[in-house]
Amino acid sequence: MAKMMYRDAVRNTIFQEMKRDDSVVVLGEDVVGGMGTDGGPEAIGGIWSTSTGLFGEFGADRVIDTPISESAIVGAAGGLALCGKRPIAELMFADFIGVSLDQIWNQIAKFRYMFGGKTRCPAIIRMVYGAGYNAAAQHSQSPHAILTGMPGLKVVMPTTPADVAGLLREAIRTDDPVIFMEHKALYGIEGEVPDDPDFTIPFGHARLTRAGEDVTIVATGMMVGMAEQAADALAEDGIGADVIDLRTTSPLDEEAILDSVEVTGRLVIVDEAPPRCSLATDISALAAEKAFASLKAPVQMVTAPHTPIPFARELESAYLPNPDKVEAAVRKALAYS
Amino acid sequence: MQLSREDLLQAYRRMKTIRDFEELLHDEIQTGEIAGFTHLYAGQEAVAVGVCEHLSDDDKIVSTHRGHGHCLAKGCDVTGMMKEIWGSREGLCKGKGGSMHIADTDKGMLGANGIVGAGAPIAVGAAMAAKLDGKDESGRLKVSIAFSGDGACNQGTTFEAMNMAVVTKVPAIFVFENNHYSEHTGFEYAVGTQQDIASRAEAFGMKVWRADGTDFSAVHDTMSEVLEYVRAGNGPAAVEFDTERFYGHFEGDPQRYRGKGELDRLRAERDCIKKFRETVTEAKLLEGSDLDTVDAEVAKTIEEAVAAARAADRPTPEDVLADVYIDY
Ligand SMILES: Cc1ncc(C[n+]2csc(CCOP(=O)(O)OP(=O)(O)O)c2C)c(N)n1
Ligand SMILES: [Mg+2]
Repeated sequence: MAKMMYRDAVRNTIFQEMKRDDSVVVLGEDVVGGMGTDGGPEAIGGIWSTSTGLFGEFGADRVIDTPISESAIVGAAGGLALCGKRPIAELMFADFIGVSLDQIWNQIAKFRYMFGGKTRCPAIIRMVYGAGYNAAAQHSQSPHAILTGMPGLKVVMPTTPADVAGLLREAIRTDDPVIFMEHKALYGIEGEVPDDPDFTIPFGHARLTRAGEDVTIVATGMMVGMAEQAADALAEDGIGADVIDLRTTSPLDEEAILDSVEVTGRLVIVDEAPPRCSLATDISALAAEKAFASLKAPVQMVTAPHTPIPFARELESAYLPNPDKVEAAVRKALAYS
Repeated sequence: MQLSREDLLQAYRRMKTIRDFEELLHDEIQTGEIAGFTHLYAGQEAVAVGVCEHLSDDDKIVSTHRGHGHCLAKGCDVTGMMKEIWGSREGLCKGKGGSMHIADTDKGMLGANGIVGAGAPIAVGAAMAAKLDGKDESGRLKVSIAFSGDGACNQGTTFEAMNMAVVTKVPAIFVFENNHYSEHTGFEYAVGTQQDIASRAEAFGMKVWRADGTDFSAVHDTMSEVLEYVRAGNGPAAVEFDTERFYGHFEGDPQRYRGKGELDRLRAERDCIKKFRETVTEAKLLEGSDLDTVDAEVAKTIEEAVAAARAADRPTPEDVLADVYIDY
């Protein structure tokens, strides 16, 4: 085990996989940083420091610093992947899927199906998502729901450094296209990461981070910590919560959710995105469809409101879920009879 | 074209307001009082002002993430902007947008923009509207201006917008501010048409101009020609201004990509405000004391704006839900 930050787990895993497999290449804006300047390549290694040192080790053909052209970045990842490479494209902010959506949605996601299963497209689109930085409406979003809804894509949302390592390595070794979503507010968190250079976490296996019998709380990314805080506060009142970190939203670990709800009969979903057609409604529908008989209370959804993300500190914190809102939702579910 | 004393003073006041506004933010951001991402325009003032001095509120501009200068040059209220950056509900956008989304459509300012390359297509739409509205009594069209950086010129959206403007022959002007960097990447690396953005616009079939963006009168004179051409209904045009940014890409950028002594050299040789002062005083168009008076007035304006921003009402949680729709 080695203690490291979430961002370093990203960088180290990519580094190790590039060492292991020559077909792994990285592309994106400022992934080298300093190209064409007096400071020179790697003067600054990307604004998130998730690609530091890659260029020095692997060179310009495998660490491709691109102009600001998200559509071409994602499309090129698709082309690389169709030709036997394992590209890891970076979108500096997940919000920029807006610029590159055709390549994600109509191209990469569908190649295999449209081509009758004849091809593989092992492309990874890493993207930095989430609020918490007062970066306002175009740099704070959590677009996991629309991506989860696209057949052909796998969608990964790691919460801990260990999960980053295990899931990113799995993503790199997987032959399907993967959306790998890194929460910007988690980059600085530390955790133990296994040393095993083959450590992978299979997709579709949720992680139980708290165990209890009264309520099931489902969350992803930054919402997991909020769910845990709420669970810890509730535990002091003798209320036990299962906290399920989904890890991947596609595939979805339905079993983990349903097994837990069968015991608790109460489900609270915490989602950083707005409520309509969301991960929260998706899981809520799952419970309604497959755990109806177990439910003792209406499913509670703690989500952002149906609004864009506001800038001001007070507004962003009012917009976001928080542990108090999660706790209140749990108590509401428990009060229902 | 020689400007009147009043016009020169007004241009200087605007440039100086932008400079002081940005320098103040640079200091305030260190204290942690201001939230979010802030990209300062200091160094590029002559472009925003040299362009916008020609415009009326009916002419539109579409800006970028580095938008404070464009906003101030287009006449957005200094205090309203400061309050916005402070996240107040009294801000120009009620604290919803912040630095990257300042807009004032009444002033013809259609928004700063967090998405690089998003502006040019919007400006083409505004130019279509201007064409629909037609010429005024003096036979001139309203215009729409897209400000884009050397980085934004690599987005497909920018290319699409340029071509569409040409084929629809609308009064759009693509103003490229080449400050030689997109974030931490050098322009020589990222722009394939070496040393040149204007030639791209030219390839799309536009008439283009190039000028030193640190020389106010060069910008202003160039824009006189460009505007005469576009307002007359000849279709779109493009201008590339060579300019400099004095601070980091965003506040907090360690700028390790800069050469040794680069910033000192830029401040010494490429400061548009310093150059303006030197030119107008040497030519005896204005006295140093005239400019000093403006400096003092601007300093006071900025000071008052900050005090007002600090004292302004904070937003309430209910404000989150307002203004998503007009009617829902
Ligand atoms: C679509 C999109 N891609 C990337 C970014 C991140 N980003 C913000 S500003 C910037 C550089 C822009 O460079 P340029 O157009 O030259 O403008 P400058 O910053 O020099 O004013 C980048 C890459 C963004 N905001 N939007
Ligand atoms: Mg630039």
